[in-house]
Amino acid sequence: MRHEQIEKNVNLMMVLIVIAISIGGLVEIIPLMLSSDATDPDEGITPYSALRLAGRDVYVAEGCYNCHSQMIRPFRSETERYGPYTTAGETVYDRPFQFGSKRTGPDLARVGGRYSDDWQRLHLIDPRALVPESNMPGYPWLADRMVDPELITAKMKALQTLGDPYTDEQIAAAASEVEGKSELDALIAYLQGLGINRRSRR
Amino acid sequence: MTAFWAWFVAIGTIVFVIWCVWLVSWSAKQGPQGKEDEDLVGHKWDGDLEEWNNPAPKWWLYLYFITIAWGIGYMIAYPGIGAFEGVLGWSQEGQYEEEMANAQARYAPIYEGFAAMGFEALAEDPEALALGGSLFASYCTTCHGSDARGAPGYPNLTDGDWQWGGTEQDIITSITNGRIGIMTPWAQVLGSDEAVDNMVRYVQSLSGIVEADEAAMSAQPQFTTLCAACHTPAGTGNPLLGAPNLTDDIWLYGSSDEAIRNAIVNGLQGEMPAHGEFLGENRTRILAAYVYSLSQ
Repeated sequence: MRHEQIEKNVNLMMVLIVIAISIGGLVEIIPLMLSSDATDPDEGITPYSALRLAGRDVYVAEGCYNCHSQMIRPFRSETERYGPYTTAGETVYDRPFQFGSKRTGPDLARVGGRYSDDWQRLHLIDPRALVPESNMPGYPWLADRMVDPELITAKMKALQTLGDPYTDEQIAAAASEVEGKSELDALIAYLQGLGINRRSRR
Repeated sequence: MTAFWAWFVAIGTIVFVIWCVWLVSWSAKQGPQGKEDEDLVGHKWDGDLEEWNNPAPKWWLYLYFITIAWGIGYMIAYPGIGAFEGVLGWSQEGQYEEEMANAQARYAPIYEGFAAMGFEALAEDPEALALGGSLFASYCTTCHGSDARGAPGYPNLTDGDWQWGGTEQDIITSITNGRIGIMTPWAQVLGSDEAVDNMVRYVQSLSGIVEADEAAMSAQPQFTTLCAACHTPAGTGNPLLGAPNLTDDIWLYGSSDEAIRNAIVNGLQGEMPAHGEFLGENRTRILAAYVYSLSQ
């Protein structure tokens, strides 16, 4: 084949370009999406409860990932501070995962239980009330905004369709679980559950 | 990774490398369209305008081959071809374990040395304090402040007042297991708004913020029957329950009318999370010694 034949035939060139740029994805991405290493949950990892799921959506909506990662890398300097390194099996129910790459604030992958609920509440409303040096913005409006029970039910159904093992009873109970809860309550529930499946440092 | 996907990756990778080698060799051999004059590519415009064959320099071509050779060497040395683990036996977990083992070998003797020291001596040892200070900065400052002077609801650790006790064992227990201090709401039991107001006044009078006038003293019987269970009849508190001393001038949640009223009406729930699992025994003791040193 002469290169002129490719260069002068746009359709053939497009097909060949698609094949060429697909190879990396086929070899590197597809096997990971389908291999059990990355799709089987670790021990103790279950789909988010209704309230935590709502909190996760608040986390994403408020852009927390812009300053906080949720990915403890396998280095001593990271595990000493944050706890055991993050594994693929811990994030199988995150759609999408919140690994992030920016740490203006600390990593949150194992923040669950590190602070009391009251601390989280005060700190989210006014970070400098507790940490004078903090440059985190306050999120006082979260306390006034309520979680929509119907929306959470619909989201859990969608996730069930995607393969998350929610039972029908869980979905039926979702609305009552978040009834009367503020977005702040939901976000705190989400944060307090982060990474608690593995706590100890070693 | 299942065997199928391991082979899928291995074959995909190897075929792609071979294809790269073929592509680079093939395009390097492309002559100028088989014309006799090898310096011209055969395009001609306007009768006499022709295009020279101007191939990329050889060193450029060699760079392709060097890159491919480097890639092959890399995949032999490190994991990359399916399930093949590489001849160097490197793994991400292995590198981490090695790093941890090196640190263990380096720091374990230091920790053992500290473990053998008495608590008071530890609280005066500059090296232990430097270590404790950095632990404090990592784990404690978010609640207790970088100056350890706390915030409303989060105790000041420098004032020598210990809500849960200030001995070695008390501090270590506080760090290891955490503490939960609960004051239940009392408004209903006290009965009326006036009774709550009087109780606020009585509590303030215990430390001399206000005078123990008639209104304040009218709450004393209720204090003796209700509050004394935790705070003792004299109001001096009980470290076993984390009940603060009300007769000193240290107020965890504030000494204003509103702050005390809020505590009585709504109750309080102070919580220090457990850190033992996270820190381990040796560090907890060094951290405790540092905290102890802050109030010395």
